[in-house]
Amino acid sequence: MNSLIEMFSYSFMVRALVVGMLISLSAALIGTPLVLKKNSMLGDGLSHVAFGASALALALGLAPIWVSIPVVILTSFFVLKLDENSKIHGDSAIALMSASALAIGTFIVSLSGSNIDINSYLFGSILSVSEGEAYLALGLLAVIATIYIIFHNKIFALTFDEKFARAIGINTKVLNIIFAILCSILIVLGMRLVGALLISSLIIFPTLSAQSIFKSFKNVTIAATVLSVMNFVVGLITSYLIGTPTGATVVIANLFTLVVLKILNKIIK
Amino acid sequence: MNLISIDKIKLGYNNSAIINGLSFDVDEQDFICIVGHNGSGKTTLIRGILGLIPLMSGKIKFNIDRNQIGYMPQETAVDPNFPASVFEIVLSGTLNNHRNFYNNEDKERADKTLRLLGISDLKNESFSELSGGQRQKILLARTLMATKKILILDEPSNNLDHKSKNDLYRIIKELNEEQKIAVLMITHDLDHCNLIGNKILSLHNKEYFFGTTEEYIKRVHNE
Repeated sequence: MNSLIEMFSYSFMVRALVVGMLISLSAALIGTPLVLKKNSMLGDGLSHVAFGASALALALGLAPIWVSIPVVILTSFFVLKLDENSKIHGDSAIALMSASALAIGTFIVSLSGSNIDINSYLFGSILSVSEGEAYLALGLLAVIATIYIIFHNKIFALTFDEKFARAIGINTKVLNIIFAILCSILIVLGMRLVGALLISSLIIFPTLSAQSIFKSFKNVTIAATVLSVMNFVVGLITSYLIGTPTGATVVIANLFTLVVLKILNKIIK
Repeated sequence: MNLISIDKIKLGYNNSAIINGLSFDVDEQDFICIVGHNGSGKTTLIRGILGLIPLMSGKIKFNIDRNQIGYMPQETAVDPNFPASVFEIVLSGTLNNHRNFYNNEDKERADKTLRLLGISDLKNESFSELSGGQRQKILLARTLMATKKILILDEPSNNLDHKSKNDLYRIIKELNEEQKIAVLMITHDLDHCNLIGNKILSLHNKEYFFGTTEEYIKRVHNE
């Protein structure tokens, strides 16, 4: 208990907790339609692009976040376009883009010979999150939550059966574009939190865990947000107590929950 | 009354035409079966009518609001393991670009549609735990929520056992006769076409035929 009181007596820890909860909530809300539409690898691919763009920005002496956000948004539009064109397989394109961006990022870092902290981008550095990033995370969650409140029925229709949704007149193109933009901003911010390599797990795990116990879209969405925040808090506290990296510990907490719920699901069945 | 008029349309993908120079009309209370071998353009035609793919040339004239058309894609287009309740799926049929929320009237209509299809007991069930036949009925219920004038179905009896298939055809025929809904149905099931359809559109080998079922049978016998 004393350790916990001590932990939250540091202002950077409180900020890490708040920002982490905001990002976890956003990741679960964006992740549910992404995972259920079987597009979860998009998060992984875009996070590597965010890493490449950040490396380029640092080498050029620019602010990484303001370079990565537009680059990742443009990349997500490109992937959406590929998805519409059935001749090109979206997953191969994502894999290609992901590996290339990671390679280019590492290449730039090594060429620039600078003392760029590559680890903080690959594995996250939530304890050094700035005030500006905290406000950006709050703004992002506010936008995502508002969109969910207004459009949750359309998000369901689009996720369940996009062709039908288009046939009944829902503007699926606009909804897809909004989601691509929000997903891109989330990934760039999430990269600061748990790193480029692990942000996709924040998007994927909560929905997969929620799906093991709940069988309606509404319940899966609600459960995913609760599990996501819960796993983040557990991961952050554990990492402080046993001195492990925060990002990796949060992912392990998510993995543990997924395994437990899968086993529970098997027992109940 | 003429609901849709299709005039010399050309449809396809990546500049390659699959349908070329096809014309026909959909009249009130028509039950049109669309037949043709795989790759003949049946689904492409439906997608063209629904505006899901652009016309390469020709014209489609609608004498009804496009929101009055209900469409049921092949079941394979939907993930059978998707976590959704039956009521969530059925209600989603009432949405359109200007509607974001459901009202009580929508919920009552959804209940009524489930009753009509004899599946009220599935209302709170999970889609992933239903049989293939039940899933098809749920997708039909969703489509009916969006249907005011025309019902478009893409191989609705795929993967269904004999009984479920007959049930489904009976329900569609009743809707056609009692609620005066025009039906356009892609099928490989020619026997059922003759029993329930009044017109046939054949896309075999790009030699288009459109006429009554009697005319079609006569033509097939003469060949």
